[in-house]
Order: sequence, then C-alpha cells, then structure tokens
Amino acid sequence: MNAVEMRGITKRFPGIVANDQVHLSVNQGEIHALLGENGAGKSTLMNILFGLYQPDEGEIFIREKPVKITGPTKAAALGIGMVHQHFMLVEPFTVTENIILGAEPTSRGCIDRHRAEREVREISEKYGLRVDPTARIRDISVGMQQRVEILKTLYRGAEVLIFDEPTAVLSPQEIDELMEIMENLVREGKTIIFITHKLKEIMRICDTVTVIRRGKTIGSTSVKGTSEQELASMMVGREVSFSVNKQESRPGKTVLKVQSLTVKDSRGVEAVRGLDLEVRAGEIVGLAGVDGNGQSELLEAITGLRKAHAGDILLNGEAITRLQPRAIARRGVGHIPEDRQKRGLVLDFSIGENMVLQTYDQTPFAKGFLLRYPEIFRHAKRLIEDFDVRTPDEQTHARALSGGNQQKAIIAREVDRDPDLLIAAQPTRGLDVGAIEFIHRRLVEQRDKGKAVLLMSLELDEILKLSDRIAVMYGGRIAGWLNPKTTNEEEIGLLMAGGKVGEEVAQG
Amino acid sequence: MKHLEQIHNQSAWLTSLISVLLGMLVGAGMMLAAGYDPLLAYGALFQNAIFQPYDLGETIRTITPLILTGLAVGLAFRTGLFNIGVEGQMIIGSLAAAIVGLKFSLPPVLHSAAAVAAAAVAGALWAFIPGLLKAVRGVHEVITTIMMNFIALNLSNWLVRTWLSNGADSTDKIKESASLRWDLLSQWFDNSRIHLGIMIALLAAYGMYVLLWKTTYGFELRAVGYNPHASEYAGMNVKRSILSSMMISGMFAGLAGACQLLGTSGYLSIRGGFEGIGFDGIAVALLGANAPIGILLAAVLFGVLTYGGGNMQFAADVPFEVIRVVFAAIILFVAANLSQSIFSRARGMRREPHA
Repeated sequence: MNAVEMRGITKRFPGIVANDQVHLSVNQGEIHALLGENGAGKSTLMNILFGLYQPDEGEIFIREKPVKITGPTKAAALGIGMVHQHFMLVEPFTVTENIILGAEPTSRGCIDRHRAEREVREISEKYGLRVDPTARIRDISVGMQQRVEILKTLYRGAEVLIFDEPTAVLSPQEIDELMEIMENLVREGKTIIFITHKLKEIMRICDTVTVIRRGKTIGSTSVKGTSEQELASMMVGREVSFSVNKQESRPGKTVLKVQSLTVKDSRGVEAVRGLDLEVRAGEIVGLAGVDGNGQSELLEAITGLRKAHAGDILLNGEAITRLQPRAIARRGVGHIPEDRQKRGLVLDFSIGENMVLQTYDQTPFAKGFLLRYPEIFRHAKRLIEDFDVRTPDEQTHARALSGGNQQKAIIAREVDRDPDLLIAAQPTRGLDVGAIEFIHRRLVEQRDKGKAVLLMSLELDEILKLSDRIAVMYGGRIAGWLNPKTTNEEEIGLLMAGGKVGEEVAQG
Repeated sequence: MKHLEQIHNQSAWLTSLISVLLGMLVGAGMMLAAGYDPLLAYGALFQNAIFQPYDLGETIRTITPLILTGLAVGLAFRTGLFNIGVEGQMIIGSLAAAIVGLKFSLPPVLHSAAAVAAAAVAGALWAFIPGLLKAVRGVHEVITTIMMNFIALNLSNWLVRTWLSNGADSTDKIKESASLRWDLLSQWFDNSRIHLGIMIALLAAYGMYVLLWKTTYGFELRAVGYNPHASEYAGMNVKRSILSSMMISGMFAGLAGACQLLGTSGYLSIRGGFEGIGFDGIAVALLGANAPIGILLAAVLFGVLTYGGGNMQFAADVPFEVIRVVFAAIILFVAANLSQSIFSRARGMRREPHA
C-alpha cells in the first residue's frame, strides 16, 4: 500500500517552476529517500505535503485516499509529521513541555504534567530514543534536540515522518544513532521520507529512492539495484568523480606555526589547551574531531576573532597572536568560515558587495573615502565567472542564492585574495555532490599552488580524501597525527573519542 | 539611477504607498462614523496646507524638523540600532543652540552657523552615552535612550529656569544674528515662519545618502547593521561603528533641535512634556523605509497632514485627533506590511519562493 502518493505536482513561484509534474509514491513502512541537489525542489515538494504550500496542479493521496492538505494542522491530522532541519524548540522549556506544546493534555483545566511525562517516556522507550523528558532543551546536545523533534511528531500521532536533511547537524556517532532510531521507527510500522543529498546514507538505510532534478522527477528506483555512482549522475545530470585527483604533496617552508596555544570559549572555559600545530606550504592539513573539541576556537584564535589566552601563533615566522582580524587577513590568511550565513556573508548585501567585504577600502574598489561601484561589480563579475557562482547577476542579494552558490561566492572571495594560508572550516557542509566536487578541486588547487591549507571538517570522508596529514583534536589538544594513506575511519574515530592509536606519524 | 532603485526596492515603495492610502481610508471611515464628511475634510486639509504661499511656508517649516528626526532614526535603523532618544537629543540640540544664541555675540552668519554646529555636536554627544554603553557593555539602546530623553527634558527645563532666564518660564529671544530666519524667504512666503533649516535638512538627507551608499565608512555601517558577525569576520570594528552611527544619528537630531529653536520659536521655554517631533521621526523613518528619499517624502506627507490637519479643524470642523489616527493607522499598515500580503494574494502566491 502507498502511504503517500503525490501525482503530477506542479508549483510555480514568480520566475521559476519549483516543481514540474513531480511524482512521488512512498510505500507503507519503508524509508524512502528524496534525493536532489540544493534548489532541486525537494523542500518545496515536502512543504506541499506538509501543507505549507498549495500545489498549482496535481493530486495527493494519503493511504490511497485523495486529500487536500490545507495547512500543517491538516497534515498532522492526516498523520504527517516533519522533523525540520532547523529545530523549532523553546530553549528554556523541558523536553516534555516542548513536546506537548500546542497539544497539552489537561486535567481540570490544568496541564497534566505527570500524564504528559509518562506518555513522552513511553514513546521514547518504544522507539529507542532514550530522551530524558525532564531535561531542559538548552542543556542537551544537538542530537538529543533532534530526537525531541522526532518525539514531537510521534506524540501527535505521525505515521509518515519527513526528515529534512537530518544528518547535516550531527556528528558521526550521532548519525549512527539516528539511523538506528529510523530503523526502529520503520520496524514499528512508521513510514519515513528522508530528504538528503548524502549518497552514503541512502545506500546504508533506505529502501527506495526518488531523484529530483531542477523540479522534475528523474526517476524512482530500489536502493538495492543501484549504486552511489548511478545516483550521483542521476542527481547532477552528468558523471561525477568521487575521488579527488591529486599528486603527492611537496611541502615547503612552515607557513603557520601554533605554539602551546590556549584559548578560552565564550563561557571562559579553556577550549584549546596548550596546542601545537604546524602547517607548511603546499600541504593540506586536515583537522578532524568531534564537534566541540576546540576546533572552532582554534580557528577563531588564528584568524583573530577570538583572543588567545596564552601561547603564540606565527604566520611565516611573524607573530600574529595579538593582531586584529583585518591585519591578520592582510598578512595573508584566507578564511572560509564554519557558518557561512552568520559569518561569511552579509545576506542583504549584493554579491558584488560581499565579494569585497574585506577589501572595500582598498584600490581599486575605493578612491579615498568613496567607493567605486563599477570596479566592485566588475570584480564580482569576474569571480562569478571564474568560480561558476550561479546568480542572476552581481547585484543580486546574497540571500537569494542557494547554499552551494553562497559557499562558492565565499570561496571565490577568499581564494582570490591569494592567501598564504587558507583556513577552510566545514567548507562543504550541507552542499550537494556537484558543489562538493568543485570545492574540493579548488582546495587542492590552492595546495598545488604552494599555499598552506588548514581544513577543519566533521566529515571523515572529506578529511581522508583531501588531507596530506591529519591532526585529530580531542579535548583542546591534538590527540594524534595520522597519515591518510595508511589510516582508516576506525582509527580516526578512536582518536576522536579520546583513545590512543599505536602508529602515529611524527609532526613535521 | 540604478543604484537608487537598489536602495529603495520596489516593494518598499509599494508598501509605503499602499499603507498611506489605507491609513487615509481608515481616517475617512472614522470621520464617516463620527458624522463628518471625509471628502470635505481631506479637501480642506490639502487646500489649507499647500495652496496659499503662507500655508506652504508654514508646511515647509513643519516638515523641516521631521526630515531631520526621520533621518536620525533611519540612519540608526540602517546600522541595526533603534534610537528612541531622538526626542532627547533634539532637546539638547535646542538647548545648545539657545545657549550659543543667547550668551555669545558673533557676526550674523557666523553666529547662526556656530549655534547650528553647537546643536549638532550636543546632539551627537547626548547619543554618545547610550552608544558607548551599547558598544562596551551591551546595554540595550532602547532602554538607555528613553531614559536619556527624560534627563534631557529636565536638564533643559532646569537650565531655562536657573541660568538662561531669571526664574521665568522661558528665555529671552535669541540674538537676531543667530536666527535662521531670512526676511527675503519669509516675504516670498507671505511672512510665514519658514526658515533656512529646510536647507540644512535637505543637505543632511543628501549627506546621509552619500555617507551610507557612497563611502567606505558607510559600507561598514551598513554591513554592521545587517550582520555584525560577518562584519567582525571581515575585520570591521563593530563597536566603533555602533558608536559612530549613534553619534551621527544624534547629530541629525541635534540639527532638528537647532531648526526648531533658531528658526521657529526663537526662544527656549520650559516644557511640560515631550513635543513628539523626535518620536514622529520613528514614524517618518518607518514609512520612508529608512532611505533618504523615502524619509523626505514621508516627512512631506506627515508635515502636510500635521499642518493641514490644524486648518482642517477650522475649515471642516473635524477634530485634529483624526489626523493622529491617520498617522497611527499608516504606521500600523507599514509595520504589519499588510499591503504586501494583499498584493501577493492578488497574484496568487503566498510567500517568497524558497526552493
């Protein structure tokens, strides 16, 4: 039986057709992947199923019955629940309070806390979610918060759960746990629609996959009969290479030297504790580690965004420890920040303005105090072409671009400044294979030009593929150095979790 | 003029325009409900605001400080700050202008220039305090600027009674040499109280446009306003931007105070409460979408409504309060952005595409 069937769905927005005669049929009790690049129309389709948008054409059937989904309330009544990518939780509230919000069980006009807690606990145990109903949201990890979102939909009686890129925010361990939970859900008869562009995850857990490209259904196939390679070319519409073509590295002189660096986080706790690190010209050093082990603080200290508490940071032999971000950038540090929308771009500025975010007061972009917009836009035009940033023009606001193109714009800006040291923090987070391929190529290109690259990533795949040396961070220190050619995910994982590994490559 | 379009995108224009029309409709509805003839009333309003040289002059005089307070609020908004202290900064501007106008003796043009400059500096300094608290300690500027309004009001009143007059309710007239009135200009407008402040206001509007959209410093101010995190990442000095944006905002407010004192009243008197021109600046900036040209147009509209509204009372016997209702309704419509949803529904879409 089909749990969900969407037939001939068309949704137009001014200027674009987001969904064009899209078909999707999801069997009862399966995990169905919805695969597509950013901007392919996956979210639009799911928002239609969740009642946020009304389709211009097409029909929707839930358990073989035609329905009209007029809003999220209607969707919930039909047993459709959505686990959003960005959580919608009230931070100071407890898990239970968040779950019952809007559907509070009452007794004599008051909220029946005990009943609510008991119910939440029951559901949590049934599906192996292991959530403490009395914990406050702000005290629990991102992975736990996601489970609260899952619980929320289950509490409201969801039979079909839509997961919108659920693994984007999770660590490798949390991803494993999420997969287990998804399997439990299916075993108990739920149906899951899994929006993603990570092929590995599809191969690992899904039964069927529907591929969408540029608003059209490309095809639907059983996962057993397909391969990552085939899915990737269905998604992108051309052959995609997974391996990064790169030569043996020829490391030169030391570009970045970090000596017994200590950095405190925003709460005043030491996040980096006496860390040593060296990155040489012509090599990519991969910085692996579970999120929250001081990687972000380390990179912020190097780029001047956070004060170093103790220790030294040398760039080309010169101390940059106490310099302002602007001075550090001008000495030759490029930075692709972890959070592109928060740090990397001013979303309400045009692409042109974003391309000169650090250099707007230098020639040729300024003459004295005055900006020279013709130069700024000419510069942007060149970068947009060189880096294949898909945008209507250079005057379009950054907000209007897809995530992948926003990231390309940042990379264009940073690489074009031709820095001696390029720091790339999670450069491909949330991007599709096409964009990832492009960005990886650019990073290797920088290395081959004799630049030093420091790559921080939570994706072990990426670290293994690109790095010439791997530094694993744990508890604010480098727990060990590994050679990507001889190591494997298990070994890195062990170091990431604080274990010891026998064979280590000496630093330097 | 492609650049101007960028500052003022189409939807902002539409929102403002439709909000004005809806606001006036609400006013008309009120008048109908109260038994007045809205057509007659609005007719009287516009007729008495612009058709006679005297009225036109008086309307321009009403518009002048509104432009400046609108710019003050708008500039702060652009850099992510909500300056509710324009009222107080304006009072301090008036106070400084009065002191220079009363206590100094200078040749004519120089005297008024000095008084205007003093008002601008005083307004900027008054805004410096909340700016500093915000930049250094993170104290919310809404709280501090409101408090500073009351300090300004009482400081001004106290000085008027003790130092600037002999225990009277108001000071003497400022010296003729400090005045912004210009006989020739007044005569053109049938001896109305129009003064050179309008030139200051227009220059200030042009100055804001150049500063924000043409200079590197304005680039920083706007970047910080939109996204302080990215600005910090790009190596901009976020704290300095907050501070200077507050001060420029305060400077505009101070200039508004100078115009009121040196141009309109000519003396400083004890105030029972706030005049409200600073607060009206919030409405002007909101309607004008925080852009110089929009603020100019919004100030013109509010100026016409205010001055014409007074005359409407005589001509059509409609109480002035109706005009305040129209103000409020316009602002409500802008804030709720109701017009946009009406428009998008007409085109059969619900939200911006987010595919």
